[in-house]
Amino acid sequence: MSGIHTIKFRLNGRAVAKHVEPRTSAADMIRHESGLTGTHVGCEHGVCGACSIVLDGAVVRGCLVFAVQLDGAEVETIEGASDSGRIAALQAAFVDRNALQCGFCTPGMLLTAAELLSREPNPSREKIREALSGNICRCTGYEAIVDAVAAAAKVKR
Amino acid sequence: MTSATTKAIGSSHRRGDAKLFVGGRGTYIDDVAMPGVLHVAFLRSPHAHASIVAIRTADADALPGVVRVVTAADLAPLCKGWQTSQTYPGYVLRTQYPLATDRVVFVGQAVVAVVAESRALAEDAVELVEIDWELLPPACDLEGAMAPDAARAHPDLAGNLAYQAEVGDPENRALFDEAACVVEAAFRFNRQTVMPMETRGVVASYLPGDGSLSVYQSHTAPHQLRSLYATHLGLDEGRIRVICPHVGGSFGAKIHLYSDEVATVAISRLIGRPVKYIADRMEALLADIHAREQIVTAKLALDEEGRFVAWRAETRLAMGAFSTHPGSSVQEADEAVRLAMAPYRVRHVGGRLEVVFQNKNIVGQYRGVGHPIAAAIGEHLIEKAAAAMGFDPVALRLANYVADDAYPVKTRTGIDLDALSHQACLRRLGEIIDIPALRAENERLRGEGIHRGFGIACFIERTATNAPSNAHIRKATAQDGITLSVDPSGAVRCAISVTDQGQGTHTVVAQVIADELGVPFDRVRIVSGDSQATPYGSGVRASRGTAVGGELALHASRELRAVILEAAAQLLQTVAERLSMTDGMIAPADSEQGNGISLADLAEIVHFKPQLLPRGAQVSLSLSRHLGHDWPALVPTNGVQASLVEVDVRTGAVRLLRHWAVDDFGTIVNPLLVAEQVRGGIAQGIGQALFEELVYDAGGQVQNASLADYLVPLASDLPDMVIDHVETPWPHSVLGAKGAGEAGTTGAVGAVLNAVNDAIRPLGASITELPMTPERMLAALNRL
Repeated sequence: MSGIHTIKFRLNGRAVAKHVEPRTSAADMIRHESGLTGTHVGCEHGVCGACSIVLDGAVVRGCLVFAVQLDGAEVETIEGASDSGRIAALQAAFVDRNALQCGFCTPGMLLTAAELLSREPNPSREKIREALSGNICRCTGYEAIVDAVAAAAKVKR
Repeated sequence: MTSATTKAIGSSHRRGDAKLFVGGRGTYIDDVAMPGVLHVAFLRSPHAHASIVAIRTADADALPGVVRVVTAADLAPLCKGWQTSQTYPGYVLRTQYPLATDRVVFVGQAVVAVVAESRALAEDAVELVEIDWELLPPACDLEGAMAPDAARAHPDLAGNLAYQAEVGDPENRALFDEAACVVEAAFRFNRQTVMPMETRGVVASYLPGDGSLSVYQSHTAPHQLRSLYATHLGLDEGRIRVICPHVGGSFGAKIHLYSDEVATVAISRLIGRPVKYIADRMEALLADIHAREQIVTAKLALDEEGRFVAWRAETRLAMGAFSTHPGSSVQEADEAVRLAMAPYRVRHVGGRLEVVFQNKNIVGQYRGVGHPIAAAIGEHLIEKAAAAMGFDPVALRLANYVADDAYPVKTRTGIDLDALSHQACLRRLGEIIDIPALRAENERLRGEGIHRGFGIACFIERTATNAPSNAHIRKATAQDGITLSVDPSGAVRCAISVTDQGQGTHTVVAQVIADELGVPFDRVRIVSGDSQATPYGSGVRASRGTAVGGELALHASRELRAVILEAAAQLLQTVAERLSMTDGMIAPADSEQGNGISLADLAEIVHFKPQLLPRGAQVSLSLSRHLGHDWPALVPTNGVQASLVEVDVRTGAVRLLRHWAVDDFGTIVNPLLVAEQVRGGIAQGIGQALFEELVYDAGGQVQNASLADYLVPLASDLPDMVIDHVETPWPHSVLGAKGAGEAGTTGAVGAVLNAVNDAIRPLGASITELPMTPERMLAALNRL
């Protein structure tokens, strides 16, 4: 737990360098060092999915990745995905369908849903439910989220 | 002039904050930054019941980066402790302190706090604190809680009974002895928790220079917190400001005040520096309020025609080591007994509740508060009676309901009810579902070895707590307030005491203002959750956002509209009665174009060119109004839910196939938001029915304090849900809205319970312990 490591990686398309303790999680570093607070920490043991980030193209749990593991990687957070417009159709569908209430799980839901739609442009409702079953939402009961993902898939097609 | 537009009330306006949240741009409690903030971590009790013999903090104190190690002795001069604000005659209470004093009474109780430069360092230091414990026998057995030789949750208690009450009619055995049919059951509702996605957290900054205190907290009621911190810490309430930023879910978890929160604020007072505490998930599962744990016996007597003759329910609630604060733990049991069978005409209704101390975490007020249990026990026995007597369960209910046109009524347990619509809701359900066809299909599938069940539960949910109601909680249920202002641009500012945790209170309030004032929805901005910026009030609890906040906004808007039209009349040289305002344009009601003035132009004149108006009283485009209920009780709502399930009799797994709800929320301001409140509520009720249980062992250790082991419903667990409504406006308000936040949870538990029992009844099995896990299902099916 001692010693500071210097890491260099790309965060939302920009090169960054950080000095981190080995024990610092990627989620904590992104939130507290980079100030990107859209990565929410819900359980810190990899179950809830609120801290999801995109690491070298794959959605991972920011709480289960150490910051030092980001060295040399390409990282995208909800802020980057939002600013680039890559998840705009999903975001619009979520707002329109009221597929979020408190908004805490939403960044993770959106990144996970975007990953689903990138590999499966026309998923069934069951497929959507399955794909989102690693992201806990306590507000909606999920149906609106499933509807929103299905609607975004339709728009994208 | 703007053409007449659609009314905002009744429209599914989208939420403005949702657009922030989808970009990750919400500001939750851990996102609150403050220069120089220090971090707090707690050492929590590993024992259910033990004396604290010695605490050694020297090693922790010496760790670089640690600022202060704090024990109960440090905080004793600052905080004299507290008991619940919601008291009942004879309720035995024990005082809570920010940190445990000489004894711990549940696993997870905060004992020592470490303040350090980072949370990680604070946790490192917690590991270095040493405590000598002397173990005491834990009181964790609910059935045996009152046995003479039972361990006591606090050594100075005469017994573990904290409160008992008889409710309604006294027990009359003859009515049961002489009845044509008596059905009865013993239920067990196991302990669960609330589990909002964002854990609780506090950022507190006490400034010794001027004695002011700022608190940011993930909570639904900033004014309540302000009053409580003033009381408990002996501070001047006028110098305290509480801000609730975006809240990542509450459902009741964040209407309470917790010892770790008081400790955090007290620590800032102690050291004069800003401090932050964010609960981690394990702390949340151990120390956020727990809910529901009750054992209930109930019986229903019917005559030959199936008329309900007598009902009795007795419950015992496992309160935990203290009563919650400020709302009490008793309410969970009290509402369960009082509301059971409230939809029906029953000649004789009575019950008893016992609330017992245990060496477990505190049971508090989780979504529905007692009502899910009231509905589950009553509706289960009704379906059991229907099966026993060969009645159709729908017809049996219709034959026994209090008729929709018979209200108002007072139940035999003393609850005032008005404007309910059980008949209309059940009939509407029958229009949505072809129940006979569905039952026939289930019967056919049973022949193929597929065990499907269909169950119904109707319910009453009491909502919209307010100041003069009989559920008054000191420092918590207050008169509510609103301030409405028109800015020079014509924008409308609303500061209101009800708050928004994502359910859409802001949107609904803005819709009411848009219509009642006559301005575009987009021109209304709502501020809430800040004790300094908004008038005093109760925040959000008990589904009160629309019923109370909407009504308040309606009255204030009408008064401000009269002020605006009066000022406009002077400019337009007419009388106010001839004017109206639509979409921010003021014009004669009967008129040709050109005679009007926009609200923005009027506001510009009032603010910058008042000389254009007649001399005399100044026009004030800002006003404040306050509202307490003037009806006798909480606002009752009703509804009915239905569930279709399939039971795998080999594995005990229950698969949900479909769920329906018909609710009566009175006037619906925003149908989209209401439907999603119901769906989310149903999901939590399903969680209680099938998944969620915090398991304590006999020694008071929590066995599953992680999200890997405490199961909440996932997307793949839940079915699609059909949501419909009957609208009986609340006759005692102008808006006519009732609370919609908890009904989903309240009805779902009984509906799923009944559906599962419908599936296994032909196998001679029944289940009345929740959650209905595969293991319990297999035991019920005699297959373990």
